[in-house]
Amino acid sequence: MPKLTIDGQEIEVPANTTVLQAAEMLGIEIPRFCYHERLSIAGNCRMCLVEVEKAPKPVASCAMPVGEGMVVRTSTPNVLKARRGVMELILINHPLDCPICDQGGECDLQDQAVAFGRDHGRYAEKKHAVRRKNFGPLIKAEMTRCIHCTRCIRFTTEVAGVPDLGGIGRGEHMEIDTYVDKAIGTELSGCLIDLCPVGALTSAPYAFRARPWELKKTETIDALDAVGSHIRADSKGGEVLRVMPRNNDDINEEWLGDKSRFAIDGLMRQRLDRPYIRENGKLREATWDEALSLVAAKLKNTDAKAMAAIVGDLADCESVAALKDLMTDLKVSNLDCRQDFAQIDPSCRAGYLFNPGIAGIDAADALLIIGSNPRREAPVINARIRKRSLRGGFPVGVIGPKMDLTYKTEQLGESAALLEAIASGAHPFAAKLKAAKNPMLILGMGALSRHDGAAILASARKLAETCGVVKEGWNGFSVLHTAAARAGALDLGFVPAQGGRDVKGILEGAEKGDIQLVYLLGADEIDMSRLGKAFVIYQGHHGDAGAHRADVILPGAAYTEKNATYVNTEGRVQHTRLAVFPPGQAREDWKIVRAVAGAIGIHMPYDNLSQMRARLCDMNSVFARADLRQPATWGAFGSAGAVADEPLKTAIANYYMTDPIGRASPTMAVCVETFLSGAEPRTGTHG
Amino acid sequence: MSLHREEPKSFSFDAETLVKAKQVIAKYPEGRSRSAVMPLLDLAQRQIGGWLPRAAMDYVAEYLGLDPIKVYEVAHFYTMYNTKPVGRHHVQVCTNLPCWLRGSDHVVSACKKTLGIGIGETTPDGQFTLSEVECAGACVNAPVAAINDDYFEDLDEESVTRVLEAIKRGEAPKPGPQNGRMNSAPLGGPTTLKGEG
Repeated sequence: MPKLTIDGQEIEVPANTTVLQAAEMLGIEIPRFCYHERLSIAGNCRMCLVEVEKAPKPVASCAMPVGEGMVVRTSTPNVLKARRGVMELILINHPLDCPICDQGGECDLQDQAVAFGRDHGRYAEKKHAVRRKNFGPLIKAEMTRCIHCTRCIRFTTEVAGVPDLGGIGRGEHMEIDTYVDKAIGTELSGCLIDLCPVGALTSAPYAFRARPWELKKTETIDALDAVGSHIRADSKGGEVLRVMPRNNDDINEEWLGDKSRFAIDGLMRQRLDRPYIRENGKLREATWDEALSLVAAKLKNTDAKAMAAIVGDLADCESVAALKDLMTDLKVSNLDCRQDFAQIDPSCRAGYLFNPGIAGIDAADALLIIGSNPRREAPVINARIRKRSLRGGFPVGVIGPKMDLTYKTEQLGESAALLEAIASGAHPFAAKLKAAKNPMLILGMGALSRHDGAAILASARKLAETCGVVKEGWNGFSVLHTAAARAGALDLGFVPAQGGRDVKGILEGAEKGDIQLVYLLGADEIDMSRLGKAFVIYQGHHGDAGAHRADVILPGAAYTEKNATYVNTEGRVQHTRLAVFPPGQAREDWKIVRAVAGAIGIHMPYDNLSQMRARLCDMNSVFARADLRQPATWGAFGSAGAVADEPLKTAIANYYMTDPIGRASPTMAVCVETFLSGAEPRTGTHG
Repeated sequence: MSLHREEPKSFSFDAETLVKAKQVIAKYPEGRSRSAVMPLLDLAQRQIGGWLPRAAMDYVAEYLGLDPIKVYEVAHFYTMYNTKPVGRHHVQVCTNLPCWLRGSDHVVSACKKTLGIGIGETTPDGQFTLSEVECAGACVNAPVAAINDDYFEDLDEESVTRVLEAIKRGEAPKPGPQNGRMNSAPLGGPTTLKGEG
């Protein structure tokens, strides 16, 4: 451990630390543009120059490893002079367009120019300008502002694994470009906007919407996939204008998928802002009183056996718990939260969680992916797997369709029967799993939602047990959910009660007329045409499939509009915070359920959020501890049976539109057009 | 050869180039074949006639298992790869300081006059492209112009016109100094170390 002195303070740091990192440990801030903790070191902006004793000239601290007895000075007149020089050179080709630049107010260059810039330019020659580039519908590229830090190139190459960007040309004429004029083809492309220290890459949907100091910043949790990424929702005037990732090393590091970041414009469209009642085949606006009394009358007068409730993918735990309480009171046993027919066994918590945790991927040394495409189902987790894969010694086997996951995989085949072959040790990949210290297995919804899902679950458990995926001190059995609500609803036991029907049974019953009333809590992914003549109560926030079929609509709140609880795929309980209020007469979801109960004459024992949360803890003690991943005990789950020798599919075909918010979002629509339909990029003449 | 060529849709090495490409790759250790990107781009450029269309860069990338963008970066970094079509004879006149002191301005103007084109342009028949280049590394014989692989040195207005006219006629003028010097020996023959003692 070398010992060095920085600005008179001694510090001992591990070898291979850089001077900049050591200074940071001491709380000494060194300005930088190109250096980023999660990317490789480039050392090309020269902003981090410091003086090192016995070195003939200033050195770039980001690229200088510490040495024993090094004496570093970070704020001598010489250093300041050097940084001023660097700043002047960087500003030579940088346009003076801060007033029309979206980065203004949160721009590293702006901030550092205040500290190191001159009050006027001495450069009277021609400035370099770059022709407009097309980086796709999400990223607005204004490359004249680029200072060539190459963070974007390093991000796409290293983290996203999609080497689309490069430095074309040289010297003064170097330009960051895709060269072939294509959209950046990664689900993490929004991270380029965060990484860009200047206004060269900014968010296209957010362009010219607001200045950072006008925004109310709310730290919350994402609910558009099951990762539960930490986000910050920036809002202004009742509208969430943008979503940015917050750093959390255990979950999303500092990345965020494009859907979670850009689908938010869907929050302002197709919203249900007042109750509706269907009369003569048409929905008409109604008051809460009318809607609640109609719902209460229907719930009271329908036979419990003919009623059912389905929880959708965006529902929060509070509303699920309240709905479960209500349904239990009404003695309804037809409950389910698995819209996609996933045959998850709710009896054992370890059987439906991502047990090693997302951070556990770093410790794994072999991986088997079964019927899942993590790149689409959880891009952030995929980036984590890629990061682990780049370290080497990490065989990844895939059972499922051929796909580009951005890292090296071994395509074992498509058939689910391979599971048995690996479990029995007959397949060569079994040896790789057994040889590994911490082998992992990712089981996707594509496998579980098949007709033989329960058997697949059982044979995956068998595989995990025989191949050492589960052993003392390590549980590598990982179920990758696609719905934010799923793990929480399973923890609350929103599954068929004794003798109850699951989603499949509910739909069949409704078709036959046995089910006469269906309560949809934000459930939009089921086939509404199969609901037959049933009376449909839809509680949710978007006018999507469920609302179109509904007989009564109770307008709820989206995930940015309520203080709610979600459990991510790891089983981590997390709370969202209200960023903006729900539109119009829409209300928080658990309060709506409570009001429905009240209209029937059932008193729910919770009047406020803390009582509601206490009820959650009563139902399952995991809700008592937020933000911590609570390991689940291994047990028996799944039901033994024959696994059909059929190819496995993955759950998500269209990454950008998996939920009502994404389907209402114009940005996501353009993404689908650009990335999935194979169409030519739109030009200005498309109107 | 017409000037307004479309970007070719596809490209592949012909049999002869393929042999050369394998020889080049054999020079690098196993698994390090990506180091051959520069010579392979050169081979592609020669096969196509002086420039590199995108299809050729893509082909080289695939041939070596590189990401296409890495090949684009290399091809655009080095000035001797032409990413736009050039004429059959690429006249590259050096105008850096030593050549300029020795009269490269006159050489350039003679080229413009003889070929009837400006710098960066190609003659309508697609035979000549005139470029200005940075130091060609032959200052001792300044001014110098490279025409394809040959250096024509110690040029002046008259000699460069003569060379270009000869090429126009389809002849192959002798490269090297055009004023009678032998290599970079003094004009008029050696002046020292002539006798014994």
